[in-house]
Amino acid sequence: MTVSAAIRPKSPIERLLASNSWLVFAFLYLPILLLIGFSFNENRNVGIWTGFSTRWYGEMFQNNDVMRALRNTLIVALVSTLVSTALGTMAAIAMERFRFRGRGTLDGLLYLPIIIPDVTMAVMMLLFFAQAFDLVGGFARVNFGLGTIALSHIAFNISFVAVVVRARLSMLDRALEEAAADLYADRWQIFRRVTLPLIMPGVAGGALLALTLSLDDVVVTSFVSGPGSTTLPVYVFGLVRRGVTPLINAVSTVMLVASMVLVGVSLLFQRGSRSPDQEEGLT
Amino acid sequence: MIPAPAKSERQALEQSAEKADSRRGLLISLPSYLYLVLFFAIPFGIVFVYSFATRSRTGRTVLEGWNLDSYGRLGDSIVREIAFRSLVLAVVTTVVCLLASYPFAYYIATRRPAIRNVLLVLVMIPFWSNFLVRTYAWRVLLGTNGPISQLSQLLGGDEIRILFTNTAVLIGLVYGYLPFMVLPLYASLERMDWNLVEAARDLYADGWTAFRRITLPLSMPGVIAGSILVFIPSLGAYVTPALLGGARTTLLGDYIVGQFLSARNWPYGSALSVAVMVVMLFAAVFYFRAGAKNA
Repeated sequence: MTVSAAIRPKSPIERLLASNSWLVFAFLYLPILLLIGFSFNENRNVGIWTGFSTRWYGEMFQNNDVMRALRNTLIVALVSTLVSTALGTMAAIAMERFRFRGRGTLDGLLYLPIIIPDVTMAVMMLLFFAQAFDLVGGFARVNFGLGTIALSHIAFNISFVAVVVRARLSMLDRALEEAAADLYADRWQIFRRVTLPLIMPGVAGGALLALTLSLDDVVVTSFVSGPGSTTLPVYVFGLVRRGVTPLINAVSTVMLVASMVLVGVSLLFQRGSRSPDQEEGLT
Repeated sequence: MIPAPAKSERQALEQSAEKADSRRGLLISLPSYLYLVLFFAIPFGIVFVYSFATRSRTGRTVLEGWNLDSYGRLGDSIVREIAFRSLVLAVVTTVVCLLASYPFAYYIATRRPAIRNVLLVLVMIPFWSNFLVRTYAWRVLLGTNGPISQLSQLLGGDEIRILFTNTAVLIGLVYGYLPFMVLPLYASLERMDWNLVEAARDLYADGWTAFRRITLPLSMPGVIAGSILVFIPSLGAYVTPALLGGARTTLLGDYIVGQFLSARNWPYGSALSVAVMVVMLFAAVFYFRAGAKNA
């Protein structure tokens, strides 16, 4: 590695770089670790440590509001991840492998949800559903709820899935697909046996991103949720605005650890699915 | 030997194959196409239309008497003040992120592959962790009887009172979006051909000159991508200011949300949203232009 050779001697700059990096890592991790620590504080007053206790976790599991919000969150996340992964992957394949009329428009439609801030996305979904309910109000009983939340999450997730899968597709060696075609595989067989397995890490990565965004979302969800359909982040957000409590610390820790486990598992999974030659290409 | 088909025949074949391909592409993209038109393009259109509507005295939006009043209010001094404050905060957030991340990404990119991958995973983990919770952690940390304040008092200093100020919002934004800066910077530095730096050194460039003339220009796409990725969400941020900011220092995201949830002035809120989206679009176009030039 020419890189390491070029900077091998421990120069002052090298030391400065290293200490800056440890500072950044400390900045990234200390708040998280302290929060986890405080969630085991027995005292009702968050700032004063009096002893180790898991009582707030017990209270959390007995809190009906938290449990309902958790259930809502998981339903919305699951539905929106599945649908947006399917739609986003299809969009990515169409964009990378086909020339068709309206391709440019779709390209724009796919980028916009990523660019605009979530506040404007929230405004758009609120006005859209309000207007739509106004129109169909006479025919059907529809209202804000889990359905509107899931539909909104899919709307922004498709784009993120498509971007991740497209990146993977564009790195793919076209010769592999052509080789399959030379061996008389039809289009579907090529997709099923060659393309899909090769882009699977991208699809999994896109799904993970969609899942994370859905589990994270506060702003859009709070705009399009109805009575009883609050998700966990929105519920926590509402509580936090009123003040810090040990219960929130416990709920937050669970959310944090859950997302970390999710990432850990997916990183392991992606590492496992990487073929040896790609590994070489990466390092 | 099979005789080659006549030229016109071949052209016709090619054309029909192209057509079939185009049909297939459209068919595959159709579900997401329809979805995005219905749940993105049309909502976008509705916001645009609403921004010209009138608000009745009861707070309902009336879709008649189209006017530009909502846009006229964008010039008010309060809006200018909020927009300026948000802009400054977003710029400062971006600059702080850039200054901290560049040496950080450089350090990671110049490690041995094994160490590099571990460090990268350590950056990814907070990046993927719940944003709300990470912001909330600072609320606990910065409180008047929080750990930082206690530490300061232990060391004989004063209570730390920065919660509910823009300093706290700045810390929260930097904390939230730092990985957005690190990852593109790392990607562009890792891809770089380091032989060029070595060549510069061989030609008697000192370390600083080699960095300024070779490394920095080559990593510019990463700098621009990271800056845009931090700047855009910072400008429209809602959660971070809501949790860490004060009531008197309203920011753009909070102001827009307020028009819908408390003030119930949907036409005005729509106009604000349209304005923000236009700014974002300009930033994005700039990003893609710069990306294309550097690619």
